[in-house]
Amino acid sequence: MKQFIYMDNAATTRVHPEVLQAMLPYFGEEYGNPSSLYSFANGAKNAIEEARAKIANAIGAQANEIYFTACGTESDNWAVKGCAYANAARGKHIITTAIEHHAILHTMKTLEKEGFEVTYLPVDEYGRIRVEDFQQAIRPDTILVSIMYANNEIGVIEPIAEIGKICREKKIYFHTDAVQAVGHLRIDVKELNVDMLSASAHKFYGPKGVGFLYIRRGVRIQNFMDGGAQERGRRAGTENVAEIVGMGKAIELAYTDFEEKISYISRLRDRLIDGILNTIPFTRLNGPRENRLCNNVNVSFQFIEGESILLMLDLRGIAASSGSACATGSLDPSHVLLGIGLPHEIAHGSIRLSLGEFSTQEEVDAVIAALQEIVPKLRDMSPLYEGVERR
Amino acid sequence: MYSEKVMDHFEHPRNVGELENANGVGTVGNPKCGDIMKMYLDIEDGIIKDVRFKTFGCGAAVATSSMATELIKGLTVEQALKVTNKAVMEALDGLPPAKVHCSVLAEEAIHAAIADYYMRQGMEFESDKLCGGCCKECDCEEEHSHEE
Repeated sequence: MKQFIYMDNAATTRVHPEVLQAMLPYFGEEYGNPSSLYSFANGAKNAIEEARAKIANAIGAQANEIYFTACGTESDNWAVKGCAYANAARGKHIITTAIEHHAILHTMKTLEKEGFEVTYLPVDEYGRIRVEDFQQAIRPDTILVSIMYANNEIGVIEPIAEIGKICREKKIYFHTDAVQAVGHLRIDVKELNVDMLSASAHKFYGPKGVGFLYIRRGVRIQNFMDGGAQERGRRAGTENVAEIVGMGKAIELAYTDFEEKISYISRLRDRLIDGILNTIPFTRLNGPRENRLCNNVNVSFQFIEGESILLMLDLRGIAASSGSACATGSLDPSHVLLGIGLPHEIAHGSIRLSLGEFSTQEEVDAVIAALQEIVPKLRDMSPLYEGVERR
Repeated sequence: MYSEKVMDHFEHPRNVGELENANGVGTVGNPKCGDIMKMYLDIEDGIIKDVRFKTFGCGAAVATSSMATELIKGLTVEQALKVTNKAVMEALDGLPPAKVHCSVLAEEAIHAAIADYYMRQGMEFESDKLCGGCCKECDCEEEHSHEE
């Protein structure tokens, strides 16, 4: 069989076999509706409450502060819009960053159309916001701050503990999009002074189609869905029982032998970064060396374009993604890569390789070898590379 | 996402490289948009004897350049100027909507190389397809006549 190497774990992860096993009964014989009164439904009801407790335990929250959603995007929309609307009487100013996921950025654009004012904090060359910039952006009418825990494209970890502390002092609500962080970083919402936190199960070996939003008790926020009494009436709708069970199992597994797994994946990451930077010229790492997600590698190859690299990798059975715009239909490259100050042509030549606990050293070495072959091949074809070797 | 023909031309581009004795060379596109095509023509007695290209860009950009060189090789200059972006797309069994601009760039590359040839011959040449930007999205304000 042709080789297949999955290097896109930041896009989604493979469902862990134990997670799959945990979910199966709830697609089958345990079909009761958790809201039903009779004892047959108790299995489903208990299972989702057990999952809620596991999630709360993993992030240092109380079980009644965890709300199940359909995805990270839903969690982000609920947190930002729900909090903005519920507190609009106090002020209309919101602070976020220029490198958030579109689930946040496009939500902010909607709020701007509705009369809210949004400050987009710039980032430094590694993608980190400056706490001073944040402090200066705070206004008397600032009601909400939303800053991602870790960036999905370049893996930079933001100083959210410092931001959380300031927000708590100033009594401003603080939301963090932790979709890339949950399962990959230790999280304690109390220590971080986070009021709301978004996560998605499929980023930590759980199923697609389920996520959660942590809402600290006492946060003023609108309901997301009106209807029945599910999720304390705030997010009505019959629960996605099997996947909620899967998410609970996945988060429990993610934080089992956590340090060993993270150090294993970090070693693979560093081997991949060094292997690329040390053997292929005109290459740069995007995002920091330290303060970086254990699974993220993002590199720019000068003189060539990202989609071409991805297609060449795909022909060799390697799945990766790019910061190039080409696949998305817009001609502008990623807002994150432009945000860290990369010129357009360098941003266009960037790819993201994201590792996971199922990745191996052999796979990392195979990716390095493939790039050593692909990059010169594309450069030979590139008018931008003409004469560079002779310089 | 791409047709088999596009992938074939991406994986095995025809006529890739430079042409030392080229007498018409044109470059279109710009790095900001993520696409640059450079086309080299060797024209003798008004006929395109040989052609090469170099491209910085996505899979569709490479494939449309490659197909464009195949389509114009052996044609007279006048015939080559009639090769439209639509013809390039059809020869590739179509492109995704977001990639149509790559075929436009290929058409423009042909025109730019021929314009250079005419200039070197001291001949007059006018074309409305010499933008060199990336259409719609670029700052270029001129009107273009391309078939979507």
